[in-house]
Amino acid sequence: MSEDAIRFTLNGRDVSVPATTRGHLGDLLRHQFGETGTHIGCEHGVCGACNVVMDGVVVRSCLTLAVQVSGAEIETIEHVGNDRDVAALQDAFMARNAFQCGYCTPGMIMSARELLAGNAAPRREEIRDAISGNLCRCTGYQAIVEAISDAAETLRETAND
Amino acid sequence: MTKMVTKGIGAPMPRESARRLVEGRGRYVDDITLPGMLHIAFVRSPFAHGRILGIDTADALELPGVVAVIDGKELAEICAPFDTNPPGVPHHASAPQPALVIEESCYQGQAVIAVIAESRALAEDAAELVFVDWEELPAACSIEEAQSVDAAPVLSEFDNNLTLHHRFGAEDVSEAFENAAHVVEANFGFGRQTGVTLEPRGIIAHWDPRSEELDVWQSHQVPWQMREVYAMQLGLPSQSIRVTTPDVGGAFGLKLHAYADELAAVAVSKRLGRPVKYIVDRLESFTSDAHAREAKATCRMAVDPEGHILGIDAVVDSGFGAYAMHPRGSFGEAMQAAQMIGAPYKVGAFRAEVRGWRQNKAPSGAYRGVGQPIACAITEDMIDLAARAVGIDPAEMRSINYRSTLDEGTRATQSGLVIEELSLDACLDKLMEAMDYKNLRAKQAALRKKGIYRGIGLASFVELTGVGAGLYGPLGLPLAANEACRLTLQPDGSLTCATSVTDQGQGTLSAIGQLIAGEFDVAPSMVRMISGDTGRIPYGGGAWASRGMALGGEAAMQACVRMRDGLFEVAAGILQCEPNALAFENGEVIGPKGLSGLTLAEIGALCHYRPYDIPTGQVPPMTIEESFVPLNLPYIASNGVHAVHLEIDSELGTVELLDYWVVDDCGTVVNPLLVDEQLRGGIVQGIGAALYEECVYSEDGQFTNGTLADYVVPMASEMPDIHVGHIITPTRASGLGAKGVGEAGTVGAPAALRTAISDALSPLAARVVKQPFTTHRILEAAMAAENAK
Repeated sequence: MSEDAIRFTLNGRDVSVPATTRGHLGDLLRHQFGETGTHIGCEHGVCGACNVVMDGVVVRSCLTLAVQVSGAEIETIEHVGNDRDVAALQDAFMARNAFQCGYCTPGMIMSARELLAGNAAPRREEIRDAISGNLCRCTGYQAIVEAISDAAETLRETAND
Repeated sequence: MTKMVTKGIGAPMPRESARRLVEGRGRYVDDITLPGMLHIAFVRSPFAHGRILGIDTADALELPGVVAVIDGKELAEICAPFDTNPPGVPHHASAPQPALVIEESCYQGQAVIAVIAESRALAEDAAELVFVDWEELPAACSIEEAQSVDAAPVLSEFDNNLTLHHRFGAEDVSEAFENAAHVVEANFGFGRQTGVTLEPRGIIAHWDPRSEELDVWQSHQVPWQMREVYAMQLGLPSQSIRVTTPDVGGAFGLKLHAYADELAAVAVSKRLGRPVKYIVDRLESFTSDAHAREAKATCRMAVDPEGHILGIDAVVDSGFGAYAMHPRGSFGEAMQAAQMIGAPYKVGAFRAEVRGWRQNKAPSGAYRGVGQPIACAITEDMIDLAARAVGIDPAEMRSINYRSTLDEGTRATQSGLVIEELSLDACLDKLMEAMDYKNLRAKQAALRKKGIYRGIGLASFVELTGVGAGLYGPLGLPLAANEACRLTLQPDGSLTCATSVTDQGQGTLSAIGQLIAGEFDVAPSMVRMISGDTGRIPYGGGAWASRGMALGGEAAMQACVRMRDGLFEVAAGILQCEPNALAFENGEVIGPKGLSGLTLAEIGALCHYRPYDIPTGQVPPMTIEESFVPLNLPYIASNGVHAVHLEIDSELGTVELLDYWVVDDCGTVVNPLLVDEQLRGGIVQGIGAALYEECVYSEDGQFTNGTLADYVVPMASEMPDIHVGHIITPTRASGLGAKGVGEAGTVGAPAALRTAISDALSPLAARVVKQPFTTHRILEAAMAAENAK
């Protein structure tokens, strides 16, 4: 068992933590840093509840070994609310009630943010495809699709503000 | 165009109190950490049926960080096995179920030994070092195996596997069939499913030997039930136990039950006097959560020359798994699957026989809809078969047979259903219009000529909601009948509502808060909702059978009325007028002369701080408690009609969902924003049941698809947009008039897909039998029809 420390940036803060080789990033964030907004759902890379952003790309924290984040920048749901896109998404999820139990929502918002970063005006099918790696067991997905579409529209309208 | 409601009942208000969930500030069980907390991993049974010959825990105990390894015998010293035999269920037999296997295990995945360590990872490492010497025993896994004459007994204390046998309706219905113009008959199969909550089950138990109090945090629907369960199993006074259900990541009935492994976690804490956490991992979730739906059935339907139903005769065989699920049993699904057949229709003679079978599989229990999706699928498929035999349109067949209310002078249908009033005609009319039915049929016929197989499926349903005392009381189950509301006016004029209703995402708490805010005409943020904590809420059910708004909403409504009456007494004394001349506007009393200055804050301060300024000298109660269950109805029946339009690729067997409509009548709609997506979510789960979801066991009882990559659930890209419409017939059982809506989607969707797929395949003379309708099964049906030609 390796007990080397790993250093990385977590939500803009430099952190260091002794990492064992067996743990995954999701457990590291939850257990070592108390960032419990990242949820563990399937532990298999299927459900997307554990999505976090690593060096600007959405990754499954359950499929990412803790030691892999050495030197990386990690963002989690608790600290992305200042991001303009995320704030618009959170407001739209609220307005449309695009969540029920909320367990999938942080991961869903991470996927939606990545979609909007590359596509300012996604069509409904594109939205459905973009979140097809995020399991929501409560809603019919329709409110989520509408919320993401609304957020995109708001962001386009306020782009020059 | 009706005017948009912006507050109170009927307003599509967002759930402001749930904003923390979109910001990652939820507090689910696994987010809670207690000082000194230990973690459990379970050694689980590797066989469908086995006997323990010996256990060696020495290696596990040597691992640093391991605190204890506890087997079934040791735990049984302080924890009684579940006895799940409700006295009111005839011919029901379930063996005592210990928290951990003592000698004989009877399904793969049953918890055998608890390994307790400083971390879950260590506990899992140590669990691998526990050696159990097993003798594998013969098993009966499928329903067919379980019911065969030479079946191996699922548990050695029984000599066969029949655990329930019951008949609804008449003993003999042959006369109806002898006189029929047409008799149709069909077989049905329903694959075993499970609820798949995204947040798995989880529990923290803390027995404090100093105070002799047990604190439990559990991802669960019914905290009061669990308090009574732990008190009973551990021999503790109920009042020494507090159960809290924090944020719950989906429940769907799966978290309604008492599970042996969770009981074991509580007992381990009692044994060790330390806080203990147990979170179910995904594989454990698949193999040990409540399963549901596994059934096969045959049904015959007799109709007259015009298509009026003359009789129904059905047999349903239901797979129960190894034990009846504690405490509500596993019979509910089987009973409702039989009893609810034909529920939306005047069916003439009725007979439905139901048998429940023990199997060497995980226990089955409540899952959203409980048996009703099975009954609905059987009924609707039979209606379509009969319509084809008679030669009339399936929509007409439904319309001419709808039951609108009970026949005069009768208390119940022939199957024993008590149905207040149905609005299926109005629902169907609205649905036909929304989907442009005639046009769709014309298009379908044109495409068929080009070899394109599109199907239109209809499904009418009756959903029993607000199920209360009438069901569990007579069965002898100690389950709270009522839902309750304790409403308090705080000195600052804000209101607190402590409710027995729990919320796993449905939004019931927000909606109750919205309803209360509406009664005093204040912002919802002025109402603080408290729920899911037996230390802080009034006694009541929690969440099951779509009761939240129907019962808990009514209790809140009644509490508001009494609270307001008291406050109006105070205001009337000050304003020198009659109380009935008063009303609330923006949280302020409006008197005969308009605004009075008597805001809720002013009245709160008067009553709490300056009672001597109240002219009557009487301080009304600042806390009002009301609880509600309809006295004369065992449940409130809601109803509706689903329709789906889909296309089948007859070469690939794939199904593309083109469109989906539902018109639902859940009575008064408190918040349409919540209700509509609740319906859609239920429909998507029903689509999952119809197309994808199945717990696949091997012949020897091994669960073969225990990951979310293998057990397929609906994802966004395959799901259609779902058009929701409403007919509103408030129930007369309450002043509020709300009926339940939680299961309406899941009850009707599998039937709509079944009828649509068979409709699409009808030019090929093919029919699908077993759910889920995978590409394999659809191709099989098409090829069988081809070969039969």
